[in-house]
Amino acid sequence: MFDIDAWREIFQSINKNKLRSILSGFTVAFAILLFTLLFGIVNGLQNFFTKAFIDDADNSMFVRTWKTTKPYKGLQSGRIIQLKDEHFDYILEKHSDKIQHISARKYSSARITYKNKQDFYNIRAVHPDHRYLEKTIIDEGRFINQLDLNQKNKVIVIGRLVKKDLFGERPAIGKYVNVSDISYKIVGVFSDEGGDREERNVYMPITTAQKLYGNNDHIDNILIGYSPKLTIDKAVAFGNRLERELRQKLDIHPDDQNALFIRNMAEANKGVGQLTTALFFIVIFVGSGTLIAGIIGISNIMIFSIKERTKEFGIRKALGAKPASIISMVVKESVLITGLAGYLGLLLGTFILNQIGDGLEKYFIHNPSVSSSLVIGATITLVLAGLLAGYLPAKKAAGIKPIVALRAD
Amino acid sequence: MIKIEGLHKSYPIGKDSLHVLKGLDLHIKEGEFVSIMGSSGSGKSTLLNIVGLLDTHDLGNYYLNGQLIQNLNEKKAAVLRNKFLGFVFQSFNLISYKTALENVALPLYYKGIGRKERLKTAQEYLEKVELGPWANHLPNELSGGQKQRVAIARALATKPKVILADEPTGALDSTTTDSVMDLLKGINDEGMTVFVITHEEEVAEQTNRVVRLKDGVIISDELTEIGKSKNASYV
Repeated sequence: MFDIDAWREIFQSINKNKLRSILSGFTVAFAILLFTLLFGIVNGLQNFFTKAFIDDADNSMFVRTWKTTKPYKGLQSGRIIQLKDEHFDYILEKHSDKIQHISARKYSSARITYKNKQDFYNIRAVHPDHRYLEKTIIDEGRFINQLDLNQKNKVIVIGRLVKKDLFGERPAIGKYVNVSDISYKIVGVFSDEGGDREERNVYMPITTAQKLYGNNDHIDNILIGYSPKLTIDKAVAFGNRLERELRQKLDIHPDDQNALFIRNMAEANKGVGQLTTALFFIVIFVGSGTLIAGIIGISNIMIFSIKERTKEFGIRKALGAKPASIISMVVKESVLITGLAGYLGLLLGTFILNQIGDGLEKYFIHNPSVSSSLVIGATITLVLAGLLAGYLPAKKAAGIKPIVALRAD
Repeated sequence: MIKIEGLHKSYPIGKDSLHVLKGLDLHIKEGEFVSIMGSSGSGKSTLLNIVGLLDTHDLGNYYLNGQLIQNLNEKKAAVLRNKFLGFVFQSFNLISYKTALENVALPLYYKGIGRKERLKTAQEYLEKVELGPWANHLPNELSGGQKQRVAIARALATKPKVILADEPTGALDSTTTDSVMDLLKGINDEGMTVFVITHEEEVAEQTNRVVRLKDGVIISDELTEIGKSKNASYV
């Protein structure tokens, strides 16, 4: 029911008591502003962490080996542990149900020559699945495929910056380049969100590298993308189990971190998850503190303002105002002020967050923003608080006998 | 119009209670112009508050316009006040942030009358108290006498049966006192019941009937000279 006369009374009351209205409005606007900024900045932190782990697939594991530092089973320390195809095949066979993608990696570096241009580049010899594990983006052509692997094809996929160095703007696909004096065909050009360093890499089939460089079955690392069906805890357990099995197969001391190391993103994710959860609880704590401070602010001002107006209410009642009409007047006024001020605080908060944008990237804050539902929820909370803050003292004031109210100063 | 039988009222003061009104009987007929005289503490303000439904009584019967007043809640009291009673206070009790016109229109708002009509009526009553040109002034821009006239216009606006005036001239000098009393007399001449509380003999003399109160009992109730002559002229 919209009663224009009632609202006219309320607007007059707000308008003629500007200081009071502005004070209570300011409290609310400030609370919502702080709330918005706080949530926005924490969101920015979360965004930053999410982005920081975006380069590699976030459900991956990385197996590498190096020298032993502890003697084990009669074997001396200082022994170099070499991963081979058999280990790769073992993992694939034994754990195929937990694995979505898997690739070996063998590093080398070589001079690559095209016509009169040449430079040294890092070469990664990999399996076809590698593109998913490294989140490689194919710009042109294709990645290494199973056929290349089977036939040990002399094909390479070059990074965007390698292409730029050697070909400039001219097409590279199908061209032949010399890699350490062996001719390879370029079948693809890729880019990578990991940045410039990644885009100076060159990929070739692992089988080709094994045959041409050493003619053995050595591999340097194994990358595993575990099945998305695995929970984080199960993925961590998978990593631990794999580590135990490989240590046994390679005769490595169970505590020798140098000889075999598995970097499991599941553990890192678990850490980030815990950090985010902790942040979330901190924000809930501080945010609700801010809201409560705002609510107490409104309540104080409402109590004071109603006390100040007791005589006015007495006059109104002597003139025939029913208690309900006085309560409704005060509550509507309180809700109107908190609602408007809350909206203002919200606008200002989102405006400031927009202005910040990515300006605080070096403080680990990326794209700070708040979901509108959250802020609307906070504003509704404050409006409800304003309603309550207005209602309780107004009910008390409206219940005072007019004769007592008239005597008040 | 107002009939009171054996009215008692006491106020609690700590553990004791102060017996303010000790069994009053009073009958005021429609159209009368009555003043209640008494020193402070005699109970005259308490009597007016009870009559004005601003306060409740403990014992006895009170009939307003023939209706027995009992078990009133605030809501019913508000309706009755709005319908039957108009108040004029010693301290004027105007709402400071409203103009003279808006103050006069306020009881009409609580009566549920539309804005246009209420402002028109309020303007008429302001003109009746000769404050037409002051309609858009705030109370603090008016003199004491002017404020009281605004309050009288406000009391009249709802066309009540009874005007209750609590020391209406208490805060005014003698010249403005006379103009306010003239106004009240004029209202009474138009047939409205006027009930004035005062401790000034000069004010009481201008009414038709004086009821003297002392320590919560009526010690005298007689017609004034004006009252007698009026009564004589009726006869």
